[in-house]
Amino acid sequence: MNGFALWRRYARASLSGQTRYPGAFLMQMAGHLATTLMGFAAIWVLFHRFGTVRGWTVGQVALFYGLVNIEFALTETIGYGFERFGDDFLRTGAFDRLLLRPRWTVLQLLGHQFRLRPLARLAQGAAILALGLAMTPVRPLLFTLPMMLWAIAGGVAFFLGVLIGQAALSFRTIESLEIVNVLTYGGVEAGQYPFDLYARWFRQLMTYAIPLGAVSYEPMLAILGRSPHPMAATLAPAAGFAFLAIMLLYWQAAVRRHASTGN
Amino acid sequence: MPPSPARIVVEDLRKSYRVATRPPVGPAGLAAWLPSRRPWRTIAALRGVTFTIEPGTITGLIGPNGAGKSTVIKILSGILRPESGRVTVGGLVPWAQRLRHVGRIGVVFGQRSQLWWDLPVDDGFALLRDIYRVPPTLYRARRARLVETLRLADFLDQPVRQLSLGQRMRAELAAALLHAPPLLILDEPTIGLDAPSKLAIRAFIRDLNRQDGTTILLTTHDMHDIEALAERVIVIGDGRVLADSPFETLRATTLSGRRLIASFDGPPPTLTLPEGVSRLPATGQTLALDFDPARIAAPDLIQLLTQAGGTAGTAPLADVTITRPSIEDVISRFYEHHASSP
Amino acid sequence: MIHAATPYLAAFRARWQTTMRYRAAALAGFVTQCWWGVINIMIYAAFYHGAHDAAGTAPLGLHQTVTYVWIMQGTLALMPWSCDPEIADAVRSGAVAHDLLRPIDLWWWWSCRATARILGRLVPRALLIVAFAGLVLPLAGLGAWALRPPASLPDAALFAVSILMGLALSASIVVLLNIVTVRTLSPAGGSAVITPLALILSGNLLPLALFPGAVQTLLILQPFAGLGDLPCRFWLGTLHGGRAVLALGQQAAWIAALTMIGRASLRRTLHRLEIQGG
Repeated sequence: MNGFALWRRYARASLSGQTRYPGAFLMQMAGHLATTLMGFAAIWVLFHRFGTVRGWTVGQVALFYGLVNIEFALTETIGYGFERFGDDFLRTGAFDRLLLRPRWTVLQLLGHQFRLRPLARLAQGAAILALGLAMTPVRPLLFTLPMMLWAIAGGVAFFLGVLIGQAALSFRTIESLEIVNVLTYGGVEAGQYPFDLYARWFRQLMTYAIPLGAVSYEPMLAILGRSPHPMAATLAPAAGFAFLAIMLLYWQAAVRRHASTGN
Repeated sequence: MPPSPARIVVEDLRKSYRVATRPPVGPAGLAAWLPSRRPWRTIAALRGVTFTIEPGTITGLIGPNGAGKSTVIKILSGILRPESGRVTVGGLVPWAQRLRHVGRIGVVFGQRSQLWWDLPVDDGFALLRDIYRVPPTLYRARRARLVETLRLADFLDQPVRQLSLGQRMRAELAAALLHAPPLLILDEPTIGLDAPSKLAIRAFIRDLNRQDGTTILLTTHDMHDIEALAERVIVIGDGRVLADSPFETLRATTLSGRRLIASFDGPPPTLTLPEGVSRLPATGQTLALDFDPARIAAPDLIQLLTQAGGTAGTAPLADVTITRPSIEDVISRFYEHHASSP
Repeated sequence: MIHAATPYLAAFRARWQTTMRYRAAALAGFVTQCWWGVINIMIYAAFYHGAHDAAGTAPLGLHQTVTYVWIMQGTLALMPWSCDPEIADAVRSGAVAHDLLRPIDLWWWWSCRATARILGRLVPRALLIVAFAGLVLPLAGLGAWALRPPASLPDAALFAVSILMGLALSASIVVLLNIVTVRTLSPAGGSAVITPLALILSGNLLPLALFPGAVQTLLILQPFAGLGDLPCRFWLGTLHGGRAVLALGQQAAWIAALTMIGRASLRRTLHRLEIQGG
């Protein structure tokens, strides 16, 4: 059985486990949906009070907001094993069990938990994105749709890279890992607004050092037809895949090192 | 593909860990915030371990906690890489060829589950079938046999978290064997189980070894496990092999002694001890004696005590218990032996 | 009297010490909070600068909003995010009945533990944020992004009182979360509901004063305002006289109400445990 088919089996097994406590599950879904909706409600309140921000309308901001939330939500459904790696696998010794199985650790962790909870964020992101598309003129569908999918793919690769990097770091420390939230939840927070609201140093850091801008701001500029470098903006999401590849190499090195230190 | 014979060769295995020590934080907890150097200590877990295990045998690995047993197990399972030394299992180096190696072994940790907590047992099996790429026909036959011999049928559709410990261990054994590994590693397989479960598990392991020729390596704290299963015993202490001998040799030497505890209704009598009996410090109304059954039989010793009791103002014998040496006793004897010989 | 309080003080001290051990976690939290603060400030600044006319009519000026953001980031640990982690562990391992049937007043016990944990997380992070946003930023020439001091000395005193009430309020919510965890056998549901409520209604996501005027009264009366928004208003000096008394009275009333609810439902939970044995 090939890797993808095995991952699907893992996912199915994990789903049947999650829906076993329907009460707690529904409560979690409701809470998660509320949390994410509040995020956009706050933006709406700000626009209600101030009108526009640096020439951007609420409809345009909705596009940025929707895109980055969809990207992160998809990543969270498959990347939970990495997000919880330090607490659920390393501290409990359960990682040894993964090493005892004849499959790539990354594949096993991706399949560890296919989570439904982030679907609330996904639904919310999709709804806000649709709202933005309804309110804002964009380039023709023939360009917009593939560009959107390409951006989402790059975004999932980027966020997955962050979670894999976080898991690899937890071989060194579990306590200070909260700092990675700067890139995950903080990345979503930053990506919800057009990058030109931010200071120059921040924009450059989040585009070149950490390619968040390359998978959120740049492709959306291309879709809005506002990019000064349309070709570069169209190719930008590839940076997400490059980032993922680097993080996977880091992960492999960390796993090898783990085997020689033992704990 | 026939299972390749799992000959285990271990040569001069060495491993040490670095552990951080933590200073106390004081009543206000503020010391945690002061800059301080975290002193690291190096602990040698293995100081040169060598042994060879032939295919189709059952070997017991015993030793006190922290002696290096689990380090050996981890290295043999491919999840830990030693500092130096050579290991091959069926020709593979476990940590270097991990994915191929772990596909050919089964591992059961008594205190850790490899099944999925929320999934029914059978769903977990099916997932393992895909993980280990077991062909469907082989899987069906294998599963049917394991379900029958381990008596799993009654709880196959229950989530693992609802199983009793005994049921769970049986399911764990089946899970480790679905891919028909030629080598089975068991780490404390009977820990915490009730007596009938222990017996069932021992019988299963013995049959597995006899019928399938599966090589078995087990660690345990229970001397009865060793007695019921192991053809050969390797004693590990302080990171070294203290003894490596057939079980019969161990039985004839270290395991032969018995301890008798006699309680009286009042002060115990004083008696001259016959050959092969030694007295242990005991309190109040009990008398503890170590004896060698080859030199004096237990009934004779009890008769002696019965006669001595109740004479000359002492109390009559009330009760006797006879125990065998625990694994800790056996090991401490090896330690003494090891320390006294150069 | 002192003797009766001994176990609770011991619980407080032990929890405080364990929490203070997590120095690395506190430093990581500090960096995260600074990052968050910086992003938020850049966004607010863009809104304020982009709309000069609206800024004039906004109930808070930009520098007040910036100060508000820093206070919110500094007191993030005050939020009742989740139940006591040890209760969650006990529920998972099934040992919870043992823990609950001890000869102590469980409400006080839990409340002391919660207070100590919140304080242990709050104090280091708050001090670091104040040092960064109040001292380092102005010295680095970024005065426009800095935390400004309280409006006056009485305002600072009122802020301190209000924060302490917020602490008591937060601890009483954590006790409620503990009870929900014991009842539903999972810590996830309770925090899934509390987290969004606390985030939006405390003013953490957006200062409550910036919400539309129509909902202002409702926003100020709800309990979560006491976890952040009301202390912030004291710091900024926008609450005086009768309104200040009302704000403190609001906090006290919610503490009393949540305490009564907590004690009553804890009694019922324990009663059920005694009968069913967990």
